[in-house]
Amino acid sequence: MSPSPASEALVPQRTYLNAPATGLRSWLLTKDHKRIGVMFLVATTVALFLGGLFALLIRIELLTPGPTIMDAMTYNRMFTLHGVVMIFLFMIPAIPSGFGNFLLPIMLGAKDVAFPRLNLLSFYLYLIGAAIALYGMVHGGADTGWTFYTPYSTTTVTKVTPILLGAFVLGFSSILTGLNFIVTTHTMRAPGITWTRLPLFVWSIYATSVIQILATPVLGMTLMLVAIEHAFGWGIFDPARGGDPVLFQHFFWFYSHPAVYIMVLPAMAVISEVVCASSHKNIFGYKAVAYSSLGIAFVGFFTWGHHLFTSGQSPWDAGIFGVLSMFVGIFTAVKVFNWVATMYKGSISFTTPFAYFVGFLFFLVFGGMTGVALATVSLDIHWQDTYFVVAHFHFIMVGGVMMAFLAALHYWFPKITGRMYPEGWGLVGAVLVVLGFNFTFIPQFLLGNEGMPRRYYSYPERFWPLNVASTAGASVLAAGLVLILVYILISLRWGPVAGQNPWRSRGYEWMSATPPPPENFEETPVFTRGPHEYDDSAEAPPTPTGEPSHVP
Amino acid sequence: MSPDAHPALAHHFESLEKQAHAARLGMWLFLATEVLLFTALFAAYAVYRYLFHQTFADASRHIETWIGLVNTIVLVTSSFTVALGVHRATRGDGKGTALFFGLTVLLALVFLGFKAVEYSHHFQEGQLPGRYYTYGEVTGPGASLFFALYFLITGLHGIHVVIGMTVLTVIGIRSALGAFSAEYNVPVELAGLYWHLVDLIWIFVFPLIYLI
Amino acid sequence: MNELFRRLLFLPEQASDYARRVDHLHYFVITTTMIAAAGVFLTSLVFYVKFKRRSDDDRTPHITPRTIHEVIFVSVPLAFFLLWFAIGFPQFVELSRPPQGAMDVYVQGKKWMWKFAYPGGPSSLDALRVPAGRPVRLLITSRDVIHSFFVPQLRVKQDALPGRYTQTWFNATKPGRYEIFCAEYCGMGHSSMLGELVVMPAAEFDDWIANQRRGLAQAADAAPTPGEGLRPGSSLVAEGRRLAGEQGCMKCHSVDGTRHIGPTWTLLYGRSEKLVTGKTIVADEGYLTKSIMDPGADVVAGYQNVMPTYQGRLSPPEIAAIVEYIKSLSTQAIRSGPSEGPAYESIPRK
Repeated sequence: MSPSPASEALVPQRTYLNAPATGLRSWLLTKDHKRIGVMFLVATTVALFLGGLFALLIRIELLTPGPTIMDAMTYNRMFTLHGVVMIFLFMIPAIPSGFGNFLLPIMLGAKDVAFPRLNLLSFYLYLIGAAIALYGMVHGGADTGWTFYTPYSTTTVTKVTPILLGAFVLGFSSILTGLNFIVTTHTMRAPGITWTRLPLFVWSIYATSVIQILATPVLGMTLMLVAIEHAFGWGIFDPARGGDPVLFQHFFWFYSHPAVYIMVLPAMAVISEVVCASSHKNIFGYKAVAYSSLGIAFVGFFTWGHHLFTSGQSPWDAGIFGVLSMFVGIFTAVKVFNWVATMYKGSISFTTPFAYFVGFLFFLVFGGMTGVALATVSLDIHWQDTYFVVAHFHFIMVGGVMMAFLAALHYWFPKITGRMYPEGWGLVGAVLVVLGFNFTFIPQFLLGNEGMPRRYYSYPERFWPLNVASTAGASVLAAGLVLILVYILISLRWGPVAGQNPWRSRGYEWMSATPPPPENFEETPVFTRGPHEYDDSAEAPPTPTGEPSHVP
Repeated sequence: MSPDAHPALAHHFESLEKQAHAARLGMWLFLATEVLLFTALFAAYAVYRYLFHQTFADASRHIETWIGLVNTIVLVTSSFTVALGVHRATRGDGKGTALFFGLTVLLALVFLGFKAVEYSHHFQEGQLPGRYYTYGEVTGPGASLFFALYFLITGLHGIHVVIGMTVLTVIGIRSALGAFSAEYNVPVELAGLYWHLVDLIWIFVFPLIYLI
Repeated sequence: MNELFRRLLFLPEQASDYARRVDHLHYFVITTTMIAAAGVFLTSLVFYVKFKRRSDDDRTPHITPRTIHEVIFVSVPLAFFLLWFAIGFPQFVELSRPPQGAMDVYVQGKKWMWKFAYPGGPSSLDALRVPAGRPVRLLITSRDVIHSFFVPQLRVKQDALPGRYTQTWFNATKPGRYEIFCAEYCGMGHSSMLGELVVMPAAEFDDWIANQRRGLAQAADAAPTPGEGLRPGSSLVAEGRRLAGEQGCMKCHSVDGTRHIGPTWTLLYGRSEKLVTGKTIVADEGYLTKSIMDPGADVVAGYQNVMPTYQGRLSPPEIAAIVEYIKSLSTQAIRSGPSEGPAYESIPRK
């Protein structure tokens, strides 16, 4: 749908952007969840482009079988930084801390999150963590890969300690955000928002938060152990002193596998909102979508062993971890089918968020099913640590999470800024990103089949053609992202005024002014319908199925 | 927000009650993350205990069990005094709270004192982690691991004791100054909760390291 | 059919029956995946075309699922997933249970080379010879960090962990030469940690290993003088490395490029070294030998001469072995150019 041709007069006088003040100081010391969310969005977008720059350099290096533009040591640092920046600085915080912060309280009809000061602290912990990690990158960088496998990480001569410390601090930022969201969801829902009327975005973010607070402390401890071992030689993972390097892998993946869901669940949160708004129709299976988020969060804790199939795991372990991993696939499939079914008999407008939704769907299904394929144990033996795995998780991370991030960026751009992006350019950007993405990563699937291990600086010549194809695709992807950045920046200032609800969405967040005032709603709203209901009956009083609001 | 709202009520909450509920829930979640922080170390301990059963048992016999026992009694007592302090707060007796919290901090200092004595023993004997391990009576591959984990677990716990002391001191002083009342004493309650957690973790550490 | 799929998916050739069976599962899985992804994508497009928004006043019906819908949503993918698992898991179990009577080979990964040793000799660097049609069990470990032994043509991979042995096995049916990769990131030379798997016809292999062992036995009969501790039948490079370890060279010289008490051996051979005297010298065989015999003669700038002489402590063949080993650290193990297929030390040099 095209933005409504609204005049400047439609812009509310008093929004969170100009009240209580507009100075830099009022932003840096703000306790307004919307401003904190926006600051997170800006910071994570910078991280996205930094990580993307590293990715491009990696792809250029792999353009030829031998050395191209850097030496092996630089290359190893490059892919480590790419992983660390993208995962800890972009993927994990971008949607929950950015969009989640902005939207979750509004969707709950609350004035703010439960602990606004903690929320600001969380942002500063993010900055501090990022600064420590950046310090490490500038002063030598680490060459361990973002997985920090021992004993390589404990014996490397590069500066791995600042990066570990940075990730540790970032972990606490993540924990505090998660804690805040859980408490907010439990205690701050406005009258009428029962648990079965919670927007699906909130359900998913809630599930994410559970993982954040339960898994992140273990990662923090593990990274500390590596740092202590690297600095002082305490021998926790050192085989020479009886330590077990594989124990590190168990600890690491106990966090880092659920961390995948910390990244994906918020993406699913966005998609659930976008599909309803684009089809102007209620979600097909509300409960199925909502509870499958919790299901993923729960099962996600018991699948970490599938990263260790080639480490000498017993068939028992491998079998159990394999089967449990498939349940994640089932929960995801339930979501996918429900999203598709939502479009049935809808009234679908082809907007940029919808384009990203379709891209997301394709990538998630393909990426997710190759994930299940990897869990079929015997195939994983061939694919483990090859480009197949690289392509698989990029399908989920970039194909899934980044598509959702871009969908969210376009869908809520009017909510956040009060202005509209150019729809035509938006679609061009979406096409470039989706095509570029396919051209980058489909060759990598094939490279993995062919047997090219990941993290290879040079490679035998038979891998050459596919690497060239992948690099070509990456440049298209990069061009798409730069295009998006350009028109988004232009729209911030010169975009047409969006109006109160340009998508005619029924989402709760669109019931407040656009952009919202500092306290979100002029007075505490009372909700009388579900968040994704588009038929007229939705205007009726609350259905009797809705449980009474209670505070558990 | 009504004009006669309690001064401690934040603008985004409707009532003090709701705010207290949020704060309690937040604290419990925070305690859950604390427990998981230690769980990683306990899991490492369990794995290595399984791998080096005999060495760990031997090593555990070469540390001062009596210090561990005394410290356990000290900490359990401190939990009791904290509980009394929190109880005082519900009566609106800020001075009483301050007194009992002060007692608790003293007991925590006793705990740290004993811990310092114990650590200096380890340093003299060379019972140190990893490459610093020089203790002759327990050798073998797991021995230095036991002490690495010993220092990690008790060290992390010690840090928590110090944090707990700081929190109790601040809250105790604020109590004495009359910042809390019978209606509003959630911070006192949460500080007490935190201290109970510090105590509880020690209840797990003591048998793991000193007894079995 | 097999060949068509294999080429479409860029899979390397199948050097064992196991590889073929794994590939069949692969075809099944990938086909289902592609159909599902395309199906979801096309359904979305069809829905878009059919249910396009006509006006801003479009009304949509309120549709909710019946239980049967959700049951189908769960059970269809679950059935496929479990079917895949039911095929794949037994294959994994098979791979983790080597058959009785398999031939054992010890595999050791080390930055950045593979060492293979047959019980009873010989041993080799970077080239693993096995008989076709007979099961071979690999007992794998690592000297330093984690590596991973990977032969794409066999669809077999197993991590090499320091401090313990892991195992895997294969039965290569097709004679030929296949690549061995290191699949677990292990540092600067990760991508050049290549080896070669030589699958020989069984009879040829029997001859080869018998010859090797005869050579060993003859050497034992010849009763080498003490000090001439070379073990015939293994390569000079392998011997050089063993000797370097035994003689304590590794206490001061690194082989991973790091600076230690003495200069690193990595890329040392052929390098121009600036000496304390200000002269520049190329580290060739002559210089290396001289430095072992008379360490104080040409000291590299920036280092103290703390090295004892090995004159009389090492026999000339032993010194030659160590020099060969140092050369190997420049030539095969670490190359900065593109990899031209597997690099290995041909076995043995006599």
